[in-house]
Amino acid sequence: MRLLGAVAFVTAASVAAAAQSPSYRAPRTPDGQPDLQGFWSNATYTPLERPDNVTKAFYTPEEAQAAEKRAAAAENAQTEPGTVADVHYDFTQFGLDRSQAARARNLRTSLIVDPPNGKLPPVTAEGKRILAARAQAAKLLGGRWDSAQSNQLDDRCLIMAGAGPPMMDAAYNSNYHIVQAPGYVMILTEMIHDARIIPLDGRPQPSENVRQWMGVSRGRWDADTLVIETTNFNGKNPLRGSTEHMKVTERLRRVADDVIEYKFTVDDPRMWASAWSAEAVMKKTIGPIFEHACHEGNYGLYNTLVGARLEEKKK
Amino acid sequence: MRNLNATRFTAMAALCTGVVLAATLVLAQQPAGYRAPRTPDGRPNLNGIWQAINTAHWDLEPHSPSPSPVLELGAAGAVPGGLGVVEGGVIPYRPEALAKRNENRAGRLKLDPEVKCYLPGVPRATYMPFPFQIIQSQKHIMLIHEFAGAVRTIYMTDQVEAPADSWMGWSNGRWDGESLVVDTKGFNDLSWFDRAGNFHSDALHVVERFTARSADTLNYEATIEDPKTFTKPWKISMPLYRRVEPNAQIMEFRCVEFAEELLYGHLKKQPK
Amino acid sequence: MNRRTLVSIGLLTLAVAVILSATPAAQAPAASPKAGAAAKAYTPPKTPDGQPDLQGFWTNSTYVPLERPNNVTKEFYTPEEALAAEKRAAEREATQTEPGTTADVHYDFTQFGLDRSQATISRNLRTSLVIDPPDGRIPPVNATGQKRAAEVAAARKTRGGQYDSVHNMPIGSRCIIMGGAGPPMMNAGYNANYQIVQGPGYVMILTEMIHDARIIPLDGRPAPPAGARQWTGISRGRWEGNTLVVETTNFNGKNPFRGASENMKVTERFTRVSDDVLDYKFTVEDPATWDRSWTAEAPLAKTQGPIFEFACHETNYGVANILAGAREDERRAAEAAVKKGSN
Repeated sequence: MRLLGAVAFVTAASVAAAAQSPSYRAPRTPDGQPDLQGFWSNATYTPLERPDNVTKAFYTPEEAQAAEKRAAAAENAQTEPGTVADVHYDFTQFGLDRSQAARARNLRTSLIVDPPNGKLPPVTAEGKRILAARAQAAKLLGGRWDSAQSNQLDDRCLIMAGAGPPMMDAAYNSNYHIVQAPGYVMILTEMIHDARIIPLDGRPQPSENVRQWMGVSRGRWDADTLVIETTNFNGKNPLRGSTEHMKVTERLRRVADDVIEYKFTVDDPRMWASAWSAEAVMKKTIGPIFEHACHEGNYGLYNTLVGARLEEKKK
Repeated sequence: MRNLNATRFTAMAALCTGVVLAATLVLAQQPAGYRAPRTPDGRPNLNGIWQAINTAHWDLEPHSPSPSPVLELGAAGAVPGGLGVVEGGVIPYRPEALAKRNENRAGRLKLDPEVKCYLPGVPRATYMPFPFQIIQSQKHIMLIHEFAGAVRTIYMTDQVEAPADSWMGWSNGRWDGESLVVDTKGFNDLSWFDRAGNFHSDALHVVERFTARSADTLNYEATIEDPKTFTKPWKISMPLYRRVEPNAQIMEFRCVEFAEELLYGHLKKQPK
Repeated sequence: MNRRTLVSIGLLTLAVAVILSATPAAQAPAASPKAGAAAKAYTPPKTPDGQPDLQGFWTNSTYVPLERPNNVTKEFYTPEEALAAEKRAAEREATQTEPGTTADVHYDFTQFGLDRSQATISRNLRTSLVIDPPDGRIPPVNATGQKRAAEVAAARKTRGGQYDSVHNMPIGSRCIIMGGAGPPMMNAGYNANYQIVQGPGYVMILTEMIHDARIIPLDGRPAPPAGARQWTGISRGRWEGNTLVVETTNFNGKNPFRGASENMKVTERFTRVSDDVLDYKFTVEDPATWDRSWTAEAPLAKTQGPIFEFACHETNYGVANILAGAREDERRAAEAAVKKGSN
């Protein structure tokens, strides 16, 4: 990690390995695993895909700072008093905007590193058919406020869009708690208290009839890198259009006391012509993580539906 | 040969003494002398996937079988009888609290937070008919429950008071010989103890003991204190069983979507 | 064994020859009360874990009534009287199947071998199973018991007629439990068969009717908590010499035995007195019904196995057909009433 002006940016380790103190060796757990334990954040303003007007892979530190400032301003703009957008939350007031919490900074212009243009690969013909069919099915559900089921997954407190795997920046509360025990790595996601329990014992994947929102993960240590392969998704929370046949391979490596390098590859030949990979960072943050009871106090969904029914009555 | 035998004898004698000492030190409920395998840092190793096999999730108190409250479920939804897990058999409710428990029981389908897929609270999460996994590290011991994906973090070193009330409470833990002792406070007053309407207030304080009793069983005890609801503290105890099938794992039970029609169905847009 | 037992054994020994010659299928004479020299010397075989061995197939099928008939004043019949009483009872049982009668609709007891006379019978010279009180009759129901009985009867009236709903039908017809499933185990009318299997620490008694299995622990565990109640109660057993003593409490009161309350306590005593006879005595205590306890003797005779699956509820066409018939009767009655009105 280097200090650059007022802001500390972490360059992705694969690119700037020399600067990352190559001699760093992660501490070990009592049973000898590289120790990834603690509280981490992947909050970032770096977009998954490279913006259309950007052609290079890395910003200069100054450019990165400027891009972050623009993004933070855009995020706060939605809370202008009196606007519809303001109704949801005042992001700045409750510390929900990224700018007020720990951030995993990065000089990259996109998280995607492959394809080299920083963009998702082209969607296949089959992928287009799948997307069209999904859009059609969504229409049949009616308007967003017609029923709980036609609302979006996160408003229903079922799962956050970026819960993954791969673990994507959640816009707010992008915090994770990693705990290790012999044979297991557990990654608790703050949002909707999703705990991933990843066995390291080389067990096989279950039958393809077993499908879950977050798939089924199997892990192994490749030297100091935790490699997690996940399949058996249920396809109901697609990542950028992915199908239930997606395979996600994640690689977590602690490259400094306060940084985990996080790389992932998404392979879903039904949707994309080629696999694609991204690199993000997880930055150490402070704990503890408090209970994220989302569904239990989901007055928002209830009130939205009540409101929609009242609106209909008025007409 | 003689020396070897002598050594063996001494070792045996030492072992026996150790066993006797251990037996006198441990709790009465614990099978004498069982010493759990250790984690590399020397603690009793409680890692594993565990599940209760009893009817505590239906009713903590002794109870007879009774019909399903949902007609369509017939025998599949009926309540099996049980001898109860409460020490002394009866929960010492204050009179007004007992009346509320009985109201809860009568209105279970409408009132039980489990039906709505709400976080189950403590100790209910432990004996629901779902497994949970203990992930044991030095600083934090995680209890990951299959039901609703409920999570408890037990703070072993970085302990603070509960920052706010919550469903699963705030748990601080310590080792007491063979036992993991978990002290949990900071509850809201919204969770129940079972499907029979047994409940608590936000003054709930639960002290649990997890103690290995054999390679594949734990003793689980919970002492429940809540002066707003009970006249005195009371205790439940039961064994927990290891899920030993190959590749056992906690499955997703993201039950929100299974409760939505029940909770919000009446707010659906009606076809014209 | 008490004095009465000794006397009756003597009588029974005399009876054996008569009964054996009188019935084509030779069956074990009832052992009730016996202590003839041979019986006294009898030592039951032992299971591998050292329990007296009660295992095998047994029946308590009998024509001896629980209570002594009003016109009988003695405790024991002579063998000839016993045979005559049995013959009368068997005839009565068979008459219900006269073709064309209403009684014939249910089952033809003789045709399917359901009547007692065609199976093993546990014979007994007694004029009643009840031996205490000595008059062979259950003690009078006390005021508490009468009050409860009246309440139950009144509650039943408010629920309507027997065929108004399945809940109003007898629990045996509903395949929930037989009236005599007990404990105490009473002769079931037909299929009064039991299989006893013993394992270390347990005696299991399978009742053929509705496959009720009683699992009786012998480890001296404490009495069950009051809140847990069952149709057949909760049993705890122990060995007293060669006698298995089983105490049962925690009944749910929904299958009242002769009007007893849910707080009834039943103490059963099983003693194998010969290779093919199990002496079975039981004492019933229920201060909420009777001012004194009462005791009966109903020996079990060895019979043949195996016991086949008694799947009762699974094809209980009877309930559906009876209810459908009752509704059809009502429909026709309503139609007839309308016609009558319009005429």
